[in-house]
Amino acid sequence: MIGGFGAVGQPNALIEGLIETGSNELTIIANNAGSGREGLARLMELGRIRKIICSFPRQPGSFVFEDLYKRGRIELEIVPQGTLAERIRAAGAGIGAFYTPTSYGTVLGQGKETRDLNGRMQVLEFALHADFALIEAWQADRWGNLSYRGSGRNFNPVMATAADTCIAQAHRIAELGQINPNEIVTPGIYVDRIVQRDA
Amino acid sequence: MSNKETPDLQGWSRNEMASRLAEDIPEGWYVNLGIGLPTLVADHIPSHRDVVIHSENGILGVGPRPPTAAADPWLINAGKQHVTLRPGGAFFNQAESFGMIRGGHLDLCVLGGYQVAQNGDLANWSLDSDAAPAVGGAMDLAVGAKRVWVIMDHLAKDGLPRLVTRCSYPVTALGVVGRVYTNFAVFDVGPQGFCVQRINPGLTLKDLQKLTGAPFISA
Repeated sequence: MIGGFGAVGQPNALIEGLIETGSNELTIIANNAGSGREGLARLMELGRIRKIICSFPRQPGSFVFEDLYKRGRIELEIVPQGTLAERIRAAGAGIGAFYTPTSYGTVLGQGKETRDLNGRMQVLEFALHADFALIEAWQADRWGNLSYRGSGRNFNPVMATAADTCIAQAHRIAELGQINPNEIVTPGIYVDRIVQRDA
Repeated sequence: MSNKETPDLQGWSRNEMASRLAEDIPEGWYVNLGIGLPTLVADHIPSHRDVVIHSENGILGVGPRPPTAAADPWLINAGKQHVTLRPGGAFFNQAESFGMIRGGHLDLCVLGGYQVAQNGDLANWSLDSDAAPAVGGAMDLAVGAKRVWVIMDHLAKDGLPRLVTRCSYPVTALGVVGRVYTNFAVFDVGPQGFCVQRINPGLTLKDLQKLTGAPFISA
């Protein structure tokens, strides 16, 4: 799992680290499929990604993804954005599956179990868990408490809950107690490692 | 069907369409604006109005676009453009943002469209081409918001009508569209199909019917 919406809140330093480890054949869960040649797009261009699960792979500058997709070099699973977020939330909250009206009657709902709930047709969707979540925060402390900034929150707090190992890159490392407890969005229980981004 | 008989008619401009739609949004509504033409609606909601704009990446109270130099790198809308936050605005995560959408808390969602059918079906996410599909939040918004209004050109680039009896492109959601704003007219969509509410002064109802792929009644 890789946090971020567009370039905001995308943990590029951690993606660089992932590239250095040499990992390949990866399945990536992210909202977008990268832009330009940095971060997620670079990981993709290096051929490390086998499959991407996302809601919106096309955006200005997503030429790396589009080229790989046209050449059949990357597998794509399209998930409506809210269903993607909720599948991740469910995994973090110990819920195996849920019904949602989203995608009922569309090609993305085809072949899925459906049920009439309170007079409305809904589609069964399963929790989406990952081995690793790479996320970006604004501040972090050594217990892994995190705060975010602006629209940089997006997928990061939910992804933090839904992986075996969550690694957060933060712009600032704070002492314990320095982040106002009222402003901690991700409590440290979810976070395994923190990395300070170059100042 | 083509628009040969009215070759010069452009109808309302994009800004006129957006402004017209903005005027129809009542005070106090929470509104999500889709990517593209719907985003233009925000420019026609003056700051003194209490209409709260939602952006699905986790913002309520989206303000106007900032001057380039003053842009906050941490603040973008769903179209990935830099925006500002109005006083009273709030941030939240993606699961909560879509909980808000799916949970029926938004009064209105304005979406772009490829096709709207007379039964309210919407097609706006895929042209069924070789390009990679991209759905984003369209399916969640279409089923979740209390009302869905579509703003789009009346005719596709190839001259074919976008208001149709049945969508030929892959649908986004079934029976959800309540109103359609085009450069030629404004339609309500109800149990009797399309009902024209306003018509561009350059057109007669007869002209409009020739340019529309489904029958309509007039209010």
